[in-house]
Amino acid sequence: MGDDAASAVHGEGMGYLESLPRRAVTLYLPLAIFLFVLLFPFYWMAMTSIKPNAELLSRETNPFWVVAPTLEHFHHLIFETDYPSWMWNTVVVSVVSTFTSLAASVLAAYAIERLRFRGSKQVGLAIFLAYLVPPSILFIPLAAIVFKLGLFDTRWALILTYPTFLIPFCTWLLMGYFRSIPFELEECALIDGATRWQILVKIVLPLAVPGLISAGIFAFTLSWNEFIYALTFVSSSEVKTVPIGVVTELVEGDVYHWGPLMAGALLGSIPVAVMYSFFVEYYVSGMTGAVKE
Amino acid sequence: MFTRLLDNRNFLGLLFMLPAAALLLVFLTYPLALGTWLGFTDAKIGRAGHWIGLGNFRYLVGDSVARLALFNTIFYTVVASVAKFALGLWLALLLNRNLPFKSFFRAVVLLPFIVPTALSAIAFWWIYDAQFSVVSWALERMGLIHTYIDFLGDPWNARFSTIAANVWRGVPFVAICLLAGLQTISPTLYEAAALDGATPWQRFRYVTLPLLTPIIAVVMTFSVLFTFTDFQLIYVLTRGGPLNATHLMATLSFQRAIPGGSLGEGAALATLMIPFLLAAILFSYFGLQRRKWQQGGRD
Repeated sequence: MGDDAASAVHGEGMGYLESLPRRAVTLYLPLAIFLFVLLFPFYWMAMTSIKPNAELLSRETNPFWVVAPTLEHFHHLIFETDYPSWMWNTVVVSVVSTFTSLAASVLAAYAIERLRFRGSKQVGLAIFLAYLVPPSILFIPLAAIVFKLGLFDTRWALILTYPTFLIPFCTWLLMGYFRSIPFELEECALIDGATRWQILVKIVLPLAVPGLISAGIFAFTLSWNEFIYALTFVSSSEVKTVPIGVVTELVEGDVYHWGPLMAGALLGSIPVAVMYSFFVEYYVSGMTGAVKE
Repeated sequence: MFTRLLDNRNFLGLLFMLPAAALLLVFLTYPLALGTWLGFTDAKIGRAGHWIGLGNFRYLVGDSVARLALFNTIFYTVVASVAKFALGLWLALLLNRNLPFKSFFRAVVLLPFIVPTALSAIAFWWIYDAQFSVVSWALERMGLIHTYIDFLGDPWNARFSTIAANVWRGVPFVAICLLAGLQTISPTLYEAAALDGATPWQRFRYVTLPLLTPIIAVVMTFSVLFTFTDFQLIYVLTRGGPLNATHLMATLSFQRAIPGGSLGEGAALATLMIPFLLAAILFSYFGLQRRKWQQGGRD
């Protein structure tokens, strides 16, 4: 990012006044504690997923390390549970709902921000308010609707309901991006005889690519992480998503199989983590952009 | 005729709005209205309800579990939000300083926020295990405790354990958003303040904080909204137990409506959350209005 370079030059302008021991206590020590606490659960997840059961349930050995690592939990997960189909469902639902929402949002954001039709201001405000409606107050009536439409226990139930939180977010974010594209570009194209559709596809969208990536990445992780709708609208194991499958199917009675549970949690986190690591800047600008507007 | 219509921006605007509007009207606006209506009926799963007026609400007011859930929700939201704000601001200030590998740290810090909450909650469940908790193990080895802590079995322990997990997940969001705000503050302001003899605390209090207020207002509104309506963390960690000590309004509404089958009662509980959410939004709105005096104008 540009501001990183700027802050290296004169940001923290008076940093050189600080002595090293003081810096260690006020900066490095607290930062190290923060990082330790924030990352420990992931380390713990990974460590548990490769520990044989004997080591897991022993209070004597050092729990922070593993003596005889094993892949049996992963083997159990992949070959003896429905985990692969949960993964597949999550991918299908996330990808389809992300692209549907993105397409609908591009059109909506362009209409609100650039066509300026009568009432576009109010529609923009309504979109923002829709973003603030939490799934926890919608899932009961939505369950009734999903049931009435005959979609209960299908992937369609999730694909059609996830846009309710994705579209408001993506539209709001893209409105910000479209606003930053100069009007003059569009006016030139209009004078040259381009239609609105051509302007959108050939001029606005190429310029808004960073915004599209931000919105897409964010929408993908939001749908990957969705829990309450998937918990309510789906009941057979083959249709479940990873978060639901791990929570509802891997816990059997009072015996907790911590190894497979942690392996499942780890495997379910890796796709979003990888995706995120490739697009950190886009993700951060999507998140902060939506808050800053 | 049709091409003429396509040149009309009102018509074209409506056409472009159509897919988004259709999806949102059917799956957001209509359910919102339906949910409110359901709250006034005695609908059960598989049976359409009849209008019973304030029956559900009257029942919930007299229900000690519902009252406890309201208390828990407010307690959970207030404690977790204050902790997230304080820790998030601190982390943002740390990350805003001159650091090697700054962007790497920023990327790593956000991990708890992007990983599915249900899955990280499972890791916390294991960390909080009554028999094999790694925290208890470490504390015992250090000689600080003698028996393992029952993190999720005791009402107050469970409340604070779930709050800790929620704070763990929420701090990165607050920190990264506030960091974005901090980066927009010009360093020259700090230099000027330092030349005028301002102490570090005064620089924070009179330069950083006023300039950061608008973004704090928005970030904390989002944070409060998410915390108040939290569901998955509680569902995974405690399912509302022990003795309903960690039931939030969202989890209680789920329990009454889906496994319990009383859609009407669950919907009424969900409807009761709306006034609190509106209050949070209005709070943010007026927080934003304060921009004026920061730029030298009057309120």
